[in-house]
Amino acid sequence: MNDMLHQIEPVIPALRRYARSLVRNYAAADDLVQDCLERAVRHWEQRHDDGNPRPWLFAILHNLAVSQFRRTATRGQHVTIDEVPDHEIGQNAAQEQKLMCQEVIGKLARLPDEQRAVLLLIAVEDLSYAEAARVLNIPIGTVMSRLSRARERLQQELESSSAKPSGNVVQLRKNS
Amino acid sequence: MSNRPITEDDLHAYVDRALEPEREAEVVAYLEKHSDVAKRIAAFSDQRDLLRSALLPIAEEPLPPQLNLARIIESQRRPRPPAFRWAIAAMLLLSIGGLSGWVIRGATQVSTSGLTALAQEASESYRVYASDHIRPVELRDSTELVQWVSSQLRQPVKLPDLSKSGYRLMGGRVVPTAHGPAAMFMYDDDHGERLVVLTRPMTSDQNAPMAPLAGGDVGGFSWADGGMGYSLVGHGAAESLRPLANEVRKQARSI
Repeated sequence: MNDMLHQIEPVIPALRRYARSLVRNYAAADDLVQDCLERAVRHWEQRHDDGNPRPWLFAILHNLAVSQFRRTATRGQHVTIDEVPDHEIGQNAAQEQKLMCQEVIGKLARLPDEQRAVLLLIAVEDLSYAEAARVLNIPIGTVMSRLSRARERLQQELESSSAKPSGNVVQLRKNS
Repeated sequence: MSNRPITEDDLHAYVDRALEPEREAEVVAYLEKHSDVAKRIAAFSDQRDLLRSALLPIAEEPLPPQLNLARIIESQRRPRPPAFRWAIAAMLLLSIGGLSGWVIRGATQVSTSGLTALAQEASESYRVYASDHIRPVELRDSTELVQWVSSQLRQPVKLPDLSKSGYRLMGGRVVPTAHGPAAMFMYDDDHGERLVVLTRPMTSDQNAPMAPLAGGDVGGFSWADGGMGYSLVGHGAAESLRPLANEVRKQARSI
């Protein structure tokens, strides 16, 4: 019991971060993580990776998010990062830092879902390529090609904004 | 130094600090000689740092009470019907919903085929269980599975073998329907495509020719032979599943 608590608990902040990048709505993301934790607790004995529960937890979370996408796809419920009320973003971060975060998260949101998932699992959540392949249930070659495309695409987005700031960013600066 | 050429994968693994030290040294040497590639890879490294710092504040936020793990463990351990029973209850409600829709439909239309209900039950089972990546089936052992479903259905049930058509048995479970328990078997192929075969005794339509499922996002066929109904359901067009349905019918007849 304690073992389960000690192994799962440290991963919760990362699960929240991944969930929020996937669904981009605060309440929905935390609901998703809660659902994930409940399942993890119920099925703790059935996990395969005895050493490291991280990939297993991310897999549960990812599968829940995917089935939720399927359910809400027809309803079109979607809150983009631009529509999230200001106070919900980076509550503890300084204003400048906050703008930078918003901008990067906004760019990230423009990536196709499958590319974003790979990039986040590997570059942010530190999963190995093999672990990411298992979480997403795709071959490792597909992980590599999606990672490569995600990086190229995000780089284009970042460079285009530093060359000529988008209207959105200017707007944000004015407000601050 | 090895003579293995540097690949795009090596470059990404370099950005992700996932290379063995020896290979990393080779990538560094390569980048020193190829400034254009080095520039791109440096940009990717910066991008990685930027992403991590932009997303760090989310992971540093205090956890809300709903994510208190000790409390979640407590609530999951409290004696109560296991999730499996909730799933059955949900299935029952779905079936009852389906049945009442079917009854209403029966009141306005002449057709009240028992196959319609069976096909609906099979489609619901497919939707609920085939998309489940955590526990699509309750039992995987085929001997145990056959014993279980046969005792629940109170008659010998034969497990269809679709391996010659490229589908392996994943396992199965008993699912509740408005007409009593049914046996559900699930199969998958090398591409991960899943299909479901549902079988149960029929009250009406004890013998019925093979009929395709009506519309929706899933396809398949239903039929009844000697009092037992069968429905095979998969993703996509019904026609592609016809040879599989024929195979199941052939095997069931040879009991």
